[in-house]
Amino acid sequence: MDAMQRKNLRLVRRLILGCLLMFCFGFALVPLYDVFCKVTGLNGKVLNVGPVSIGGQDLARTIKVQLIAVNNEGMPWLFKAQTPQLEVHPGETRKTAYLAHNPTASRMVAQAIPSVAPSEAAQYLHKVNCFCFDQQPLEGFETREMPLLFVVDPELPSHIKTITLSYTLFDITPKSEQHTELIGDRSTTRRIWL
Amino acid sequence: MTTLHQSVKQTEQHGPATGLTRWLYTTNHKDIGTLYLWFSFIMFLTGGCMALMIRAELFQPGLQLIDPEFFNQMTTMHGLIMVFGAVMPAFVGLANWMVPMMVGAPDMALPRMNNWSFWILPFAFGLMLSTLFMEGGAPNFGWTFYAPLSTTYAPPSVTFFIFAVHMMGISSIMGAINIIATILNLRAPGMTMMKLPLFVWTWLITAFLLIAVMPVLAGVVTMMLMDIHFGTSFFNAAGGGDPVLFQHVFWFFGHPEVYIMILPAFGIVSEIIPTFARKRLFGYASMVYATASIAFLSFIVWAHHMFTVGLPLAGELFFMFATMLIAVPTGVKVFNWVATMFHGSLTFETPMLFALAFVVLFTIGGFSGLMLAIAPADFQYHDTYFVVAHFHYVLVPGAIFAIMAGAYYWLPKWTGHYYNERLGRWHFWLSFIGVNITFFPMHFIGLAGMPRRIPDYALQFADFNMVASIGAFIFGFSQLLFLYIVIATIRGGEKAGDKVWEQPTGLEWTLPSPAPYHTFAEPPEVK
Repeated sequence: MDAMQRKNLRLVRRLILGCLLMFCFGFALVPLYDVFCKVTGLNGKVLNVGPVSIGGQDLARTIKVQLIAVNNEGMPWLFKAQTPQLEVHPGETRKTAYLAHNPTASRMVAQAIPSVAPSEAAQYLHKVNCFCFDQQPLEGFETREMPLLFVVDPELPSHIKTITLSYTLFDITPKSEQHTELIGDRSTTRRIWL
Repeated sequence: MTTLHQSVKQTEQHGPATGLTRWLYTTNHKDIGTLYLWFSFIMFLTGGCMALMIRAELFQPGLQLIDPEFFNQMTTMHGLIMVFGAVMPAFVGLANWMVPMMVGAPDMALPRMNNWSFWILPFAFGLMLSTLFMEGGAPNFGWTFYAPLSTTYAPPSVTFFIFAVHMMGISSIMGAINIIATILNLRAPGMTMMKLPLFVWTWLITAFLLIAVMPVLAGVVTMMLMDIHFGTSFFNAAGGGDPVLFQHVFWFFGHPEVYIMILPAFGIVSEIIPTFARKRLFGYASMVYATASIAFLSFIVWAHHMFTVGLPLAGELFFMFATMLIAVPTGVKVFNWVATMFHGSLTFETPMLFALAFVVLFTIGGFSGLMLAIAPADFQYHDTYFVVAHFHYVLVPGAIFAIMAGAYYWLPKWTGHYYNERLGRWHFWLSFIGVNITFFPMHFIGLAGMPRRIPDYALQFADFNMVASIGAFIFGFSQLLFLYIVIATIRGGEKAGDKVWEQPTGLEWTLPSPAPYHTFAEPPEVK
């Protein structure tokens, strides 16, 4: 092998390595994007989950929390908040619920995806317990109350008076047990790293 | 960097092999360049037919010729074929032909890989075009294939589309590696980096862009594949994914990609204008640095394609200003071209006409790009025909005109004959008039609010659409004249001397015309 071939080979190896790194970088953008959204609260996708310890209630302030229910395309369930609007004090733990009814004859599984608006408020809304943590199966014609336990952080910036918490309900019934004809559905699993 | 002395052991000259296997097995850079150029021209006509189908449907409001589902397939396939099948292979073909001759190398650095990188392409596009005959039809989600249109709601043929994209990505990466290796390792003694012709410089930078972003494209289509077939949820909100993420990853590839399609065009024009102005290129070093700055900036502006997805204000401001910054190095280039022509002895042969049209019309496309960069205004322009007008102005009279200019400029060197100058000028004027009639009215209908990618439209857009359709047919059919001119030049014509033009600079003009099958077996000395 002459000097030129060696030189070419070395360069080609480096360039291929660069390609592989960029391929990995493409995939690295996925967790990076989640981290970025979590840090900045963009997308309203912050999931402040689990128990929280909050030092005292701020009785001087009252925050309106609006609860919205949305069905994703093709989702036949009846889905709504028990109380569409609550008035809470920051630091106060409140319990409410969403109501879901499966109007079809067959068993279906749903997943609710939350979103908070304004996105600035997302990191101050703590969900202690939420039906959105789990997949929700309902038998045909079954109705269920799905609980939601949340706290608004007293650190919430003072200019925010209203927080909107929206749930979008997706049909994730596995293909094998699906009987109803739905448009554009696809079996999904939760992404592991979320 | 030192340049190794490269000499070819076997000095005996042999011509090309005969028959079809010459083209199948060839490792000769000139043969492969020719293959690339013909392939790209066939794809150009294929994508052009699709464009004409779109324009025929839009000739009048209402649904006349094709149904909306097929219309969407046409817009998608037209974009994919023109971007990946026509413009990119044409530039790779020109690089194959010219880069070794310009740097004084006997061939590309990795000739066998060169053969492979070409021969993947016909299979990739065969796969892609075969989706038109599949159940459910071809991809119909636009060339940007936004999820979930391209995942949850895609036709079954999307899997073939994904594999086709993988294959053309591999082909581009191999081509880019080859070009970098040739430029960095095979330069003739004395050919320092700052003596490289600008076409070589722009291609070197383009090749690095390709290596940086084609793997990201491969990554994003792989994620789509996994979402569709393996139950992941990269872009599926029901599973915790996010469709907006798709747009970020896609445009991280997509914005450098649009510079991949324009930087070599800058290089070609920078070769042609000095020849026909009979002056040295004004500001050589600033041209090199401007190209490098444009390439760098292309990585930090991607979100200007997605101002309307709900970016935070800080994000919109950052991407708006970063985008406007690109106008600075681009302005340097336009200024240098104009300064090269200033006080020159200009003549207007066909390559120069195309190069001049490039400078003027590309600048118009650049200005509409600046308008689109203004985030608050973009909310009005987004997804309208104004965007269509903008990117067609930078790609058709931009990239395509530069390719045509290059083809006319080097055709005598490739074939040994001059093309028919009178027919060349006819081709130019028909193309120039056709392009402007087609795309200029699109600015107006876009500003008036006509959305892109629709087969039918409101009555108030009717007249301009009719004008645009007429222009499209003029432009489309005048390309057949180009085909005729090229074939006639290959078959015969006035004999060209070594230098071809009056005062061309560059090593390629020291070679005989037509360029022998093997050139620079002994590297030339560059002073």
